[in-house]
Amino acid sequence: MLSVNIEKRLGKFRLQVAFEAAEGVTGILGASGCGKSMTLRCIAGIEKPDKGSIVLNGQTLFDSDQGIDLPPQKRRVGYLFQNYALFPNMTVKKNILCGLRGEKDSVKRQEALQHVMKLLQLEELENHHPSQISGGQAQRVALARILVNCPRLLMLDEPFSALDSHLREHLQIEMKLLLEKYGGTVLMVTHSRNEAYHLCDRIAPMDVGVFLALKPTKALFADPGTIVAAAVTGCKNIAAATKAGEYEVEVPEWGLRLTTGQPVREDVCAVSIRAHYFGVKTVQNRFPIYQTDEMEEPFEWIIRFRFNGQKERTPDIWWRLPKDCRPQKMPEELGVSPSDILLLYSK
Amino acid sequence: MDWYPLWNSVRIAAISCVLVFFIGIFAAYYVARLPRLIKGLLDVALTLPLVLPPTVTGYFLLILLGTKRPLGSFLLEHGVKFVMNWYGGILAAAVVAFPLMYRTARGAFESFDVTLAYSGQTLGLSNTYIFWRIRMPYCRQGILAGTVLAFARALGEYGATSMLIGYTPGRTATISTTVYQLWRTNDNIGALRWVLVNLVISTAVLLAVNLLERKNSGEVRR
Repeated sequence: MLSVNIEKRLGKFRLQVAFEAAEGVTGILGASGCGKSMTLRCIAGIEKPDKGSIVLNGQTLFDSDQGIDLPPQKRRVGYLFQNYALFPNMTVKKNILCGLRGEKDSVKRQEALQHVMKLLQLEELENHHPSQISGGQAQRVALARILVNCPRLLMLDEPFSALDSHLREHLQIEMKLLLEKYGGTVLMVTHSRNEAYHLCDRIAPMDVGVFLALKPTKALFADPGTIVAAAVTGCKNIAAATKAGEYEVEVPEWGLRLTTGQPVREDVCAVSIRAHYFGVKTVQNRFPIYQTDEMEEPFEWIIRFRFNGQKERTPDIWWRLPKDCRPQKMPEELGVSPSDILLLYSK
Repeated sequence: MDWYPLWNSVRIAAISCVLVFFIGIFAAYYVARLPRLIKGLLDVALTLPLVLPPTVTGYFLLILLGTKRPLGSFLLEHGVKFVMNWYGGILAAAVVAFPLMYRTARGAFESFDVTLAYSGQTLGLSNTYIFWRIRMPYCRQGILAGTVLAFARALGEYGATSMLIGYTPGRTATISTTVYQLWRTNDNIGALRWVLVNLVISTAVLLAVNLLERKNSGEVRR
């Protein structure tokens, strides 16, 4: 159990973060530069927050009021860096042994080393230097080095960003199994909604310097609830909206009135429709459109269009559809099921 | 031929090089982490001997350590006299060679990937271990280059040395002061002999460094 409540200023940037993470994988999902890594650094003790407290499993790691600031060495927090930070002058084996320097009994040390090398399939690489192994192998070595140290908290900072894209999905599966074996509290920082969706049990979307409410992963994607959460979970089509009826919103930018599946609260500020949710045959919320642009992907089409009554200088609407579902002729109208209209609030 | 100047030069250069190695590295390490203003000021102060004429550096050393000055007379009471003694040459050479070590070491430390140090800390490694086993090997090339430059500079030191310890054959004579003295007294052959000795030493040092470099880089990088 990790509980964090900290503030830090860096020039104009202000980080103000408060959350609690229980066992399992908690994701921090946000755009680059919003302070995700800074949060991890504060927890690890590499950066010092201006004020607040950090408590891990009942032990205070940092508390500005009590004057507690444990050095990183005493925090027992595993930190997987974006570039894995393997020591280039040491072999794989020596790198892993660095995580075992606290263990004085040489027999136990060897046992732990063999165990973790087997767990992460590193036996054949033990005498290689970091410059001689691939990105995926480097990630496994870095994880081995951290896990062998028995951290009380595991933090992953963009764990797949240094890898080729074709390796990523494969390694995400391995990582998922490994994290299940680890079983403790894991914090994972990422800007990729796919990685977050695959690996995290809960996600805290992050705006510039602040955390939004932590939600279970599936609930967050199904109903982001705020504009920032909608944006970080990949909603493309977001527009300001006002309440027009109990199940109706007015969207001036698009020049439409939409029927919603959920009752609309007074303080609704925007709506969003995911790019996959438009239907050729859907009868509800059906409006005339015209196509402006299209982009071909390996298995999908991205079609950009505008509603007939849409205001000028507003962004085009994105529509994603599988290739085999593309109609012969671009439809003149598209519909959206009311339950697919996501209502967004400021809080 | 009296080999005293060779022996004297080598011991002065070697001892001052060791001093400069440690002091330069620690100065570089700590200065690199200071706030910008103090860093800038200290940087100027520590690099000054590089750009000052060595005779000016020698002049300052004399002002500081002259036997009639407070520090100089204090040291004299305790039996230490840098002026006109061979070990004064260590001080002169060290002061002049220091900026070379400091500058190159600082450049090397600034290129160090700090996430390596951070990951070491989160793994529970002590800061001393991280410094000697991770940071230093990473910055090995820059540090080695700085050490060699400092040694070469110390071996060839003339200005500050001649100001502080002068030239006494068999007591304070170094290769460079000997070359000058022999040349001044029209002993061209004697001067040439010492010039050749100096050339041999310098070439040998540089060759050794090149060999060492090649061996190291072969081990770590493919």
